[in-house]
Amino acid sequence: MSDTQPHHPALKHHFEDLGQQHEASTLGMWAFLTTEIMFFGPLFFAYALYRSQYSEAFVEASHHQNWKLGVTNTAVLIFSSLTVAMSVYFAQKNRHKALVVALALTLVLGIAFLGIKAIEYHEHFEEGLFPGSHFTYKSPLAPRVQMFFVLYFVMTGLHAVHMIVGIGIFTWLLIRARRKEFSLEYYGPVEVSGLYWHFVDIVWIFLFPLLYLVGRH
Amino acid sequence: MTTAVIDVPEIPEVEKTNYLNQEFGVMSWLLTQDHKRIGILYLLSVTVMFLLGGFFAVLMRLELVTPAGDLFSSDTYNKLFTLHGLVMIFFFLIPSIPAVLGNFILPIMLGARDLAFPKLNLLSWYLYMIGTAFSLVVVLLGGVDTGWTFYTPFSTSFSNTHVVLMIIGAFVAGFSSILTGFNFIVTIHRMRAPGLTWFRLPLFVWAMYATSIIMLLGTPVIAITLSLVAIERLLHVGIFDPAIGGDPLLFQHLFWFYSHPAVYIMILPAMGVTSEVIAAFTRRRIFGYKFVAFSSLAIAFLGFLVWAHHMFVAGISVYSAMIFSLLSFLVAIPSAVKVFNWTATLYKGSISIQTPMLFALGFIGLFLIGGMTGLFLATMGLDIHVHDTYFIVAHFHYVMVGGSVMAYFAGIHYWWPKITGRMYPEWWARVSAVLIFTGFNLTFFPQFILGYLGMPRRYHAYSPEFQILNVMSSAGASILAIGYALPMIYFAWSLKFGKAAGNNPWGAAGLEWQTTSPPPTENFHTTPVVTWEAYEYRPEWGGSNV
Amino acid sequence: MNVADPTEELVSHKDPQHHITSPATYYLIFGVLLILTAVTVGVAFVDLGRMNTPVALAIAMSKATLVILYFMHVRHSTRLTWVILIASFMTVGILFVLTLADYLTRGLLTY
Repeated sequence: MSDTQPHHPALKHHFEDLGQQHEASTLGMWAFLTTEIMFFGPLFFAYALYRSQYSEAFVEASHHQNWKLGVTNTAVLIFSSLTVAMSVYFAQKNRHKALVVALALTLVLGIAFLGIKAIEYHEHFEEGLFPGSHFTYKSPLAPRVQMFFVLYFVMTGLHAVHMIVGIGIFTWLLIRARRKEFSLEYYGPVEVSGLYWHFVDIVWIFLFPLLYLVGRH
Repeated sequence: MTTAVIDVPEIPEVEKTNYLNQEFGVMSWLLTQDHKRIGILYLLSVTVMFLLGGFFAVLMRLELVTPAGDLFSSDTYNKLFTLHGLVMIFFFLIPSIPAVLGNFILPIMLGARDLAFPKLNLLSWYLYMIGTAFSLVVVLLGGVDTGWTFYTPFSTSFSNTHVVLMIIGAFVAGFSSILTGFNFIVTIHRMRAPGLTWFRLPLFVWAMYATSIIMLLGTPVIAITLSLVAIERLLHVGIFDPAIGGDPLLFQHLFWFYSHPAVYIMILPAMGVTSEVIAAFTRRRIFGYKFVAFSSLAIAFLGFLVWAHHMFVAGISVYSAMIFSLLSFLVAIPSAVKVFNWTATLYKGSISIQTPMLFALGFIGLFLIGGMTGLFLATMGLDIHVHDTYFIVAHFHYVMVGGSVMAYFAGIHYWWPKITGRMYPEWWARVSAVLIFTGFNLTFFPQFILGYLGMPRRYHAYSPEFQILNVMSSAGASILAIGYALPMIYFAWSLKFGKAAGNNPWGAAGLEWQTTSPPPTENFHTTPVVTWEAYEYRPEWGGSNV
Repeated sequence: MNVADPTEELVSHKDPQHHITSPATYYLIFGVLLILTAVTVGVAFVDLGRMNTPVALAIAMSKATLVILYFMHVRHSTRLTWVILIASFMTVGILFVLTLADYLTRGLLTY
């Protein structure tokens, strides 16, 4: 480690240089995303299993989904992935103001997603589709329809929790970006937070057709 | 190879300042980011949990001295074996070698100043402590009776105990191990000292790497599965509830998808320690280094393919049972590769029998028995006969206690001089090793016979003809308890009165022995540059220390 | 220590990933993702028999692939990143395949 150059303030003492630190944090985030894939994976499996066993009930259940709100949310998240990707670009280009705008826009889109989700959840509750003691939906297939909604609420609920965490992370990034902490030399936090956000987007990319568009023809 | 110059960093003559005395005060420990101090924090907490789990075992063995279920009610007994299993697996075995020895030694073995993410390392300990807090609360509130396996629908719909609280404890502890796992992976990939290529790494590092892969890939599955059980219990809805079309076997598939690889989380680090100790006390490179290294990865991979051998009688299809049976045979192969290579290392090695070596040799023998009986269980025909009997109990205790715990003790004794700068008393340590070996076999070997004769597991009452073997087993357990208690006494003693260890009391190879005992906070005064192969022994490093 | 700086030959500190993806690429991928989303919805309302689900999944996988390759920069990432990704998908795959191996073969053998 050369002591002739001043240390970048963000360099942690146990790393040799920023390059090693950047590589380590990127690798760390990818390793973490691996755990997230294995966290959501079993839910998708359970969904696949029960959908194959109870296809009629799942069709009926899916028809109660507001697909228009769902596709809007999909577009919102895809747009937010764009703003996240652009924020990495702006950080790399040392364009501090543009970076702040991109991060702020990401936050707005994330909150919009959650707002739409809240509307949907409320609608489901009103229709008596919330599983458990509030499930008042009547149909010959009601128990299996409830199964669909258990999976729906668990999967989208878990996704929403990840969105909330993501919004927290990006708020912190925004604060740091306003202090002009990021540059081509040091943009690791923007990059790895972006990886997290894209992952959450990908989960939704799969959730949307599987939950909203079953048997719509 | 033998004429290479070793670049050994210069070590000052008198090393007064080390990681232990560089800072004082409770907060300097509770807020530390030093991997060595975090390893010690884990050592203390893991030991407490070991005692707690052992306490439940003692109660169980007391009950089983007589055929009648006269000491505890069956409900209480259910809680005893559940808590024994949960505490020992999630709060002792899984963290033990990785979080105590791995945290301490791994960065030093790599020539690094710390792990890649020191703050996350501290967080992992706090998560572990939160997990233990939940489990202690559960114990105080009356325990859980579902078995550590949480099978549905009993755990979701019928148990009246604190299932959700326990699940939260296990969930949080699981995240602790995830953090440890990915810290290790990133450190091993990106923070090796200059010149330390993959095939110059100690085999302990390969073992920890493979373990970390399993931690990352497997733990989230049980996290989400147990979460679903908790949701089902709390909201009275679920995906395992047959009343709405749920499938209890789905729970078992998801549960064992993690819990089988979990046993490899428990054994791979033990194998890594064994490689280090065998190399040090035969003063040789491990025979077939690359085979041993790759076998760790093979075990990690194959370990994910075998889980339904826990479900042969649960109602899975015969065809899939046959597939899992075949795959279970395959996973024995890399384990056997290791045993053959250790044996070949011993042959014509310069063997010295100090305590770590005693434990390591004990490991090889007992793991062999445990592993071979695992093959019996992979055989569907036999497993149907002995499933849910004491044969299974004996099998897994041979690999987990005769295996992992033995190796944990081997590692603690081996690295104790490095961690504390003191030697433990060798004579007493050998006594405890012999007591542990004897007590262990007396406890668990009769259980193979009991199981084969048909005594079911998880029962507190049994048929009178099984009593003699049960009494033998309980007697063995008392010897085992003494064997485990002795090290606690002499290790504590050694902190004040033990002989000073010096940098390399064993004359062993490895970067950890090239720095002081105890090491300085930054591990090395100058970053080592490695130009030698793994386990290249030098006579000038001296010999054993008795 | 021997030579001037022995660490020079042995150390390989790679520079951070300085590959800068252009905004044009990002906008293009964004556009494609929106189009694919529209296609997903459109196709859902057409009766393709048993192919509806596979088609929907195929489109979702294409979208995910684009996000991974371009937004997540995997296209220009190290081999290690690729290995991690593939290992993760393989593990989920193992979960799916071997568990389904049970469910799909039940009832094939009658005693």
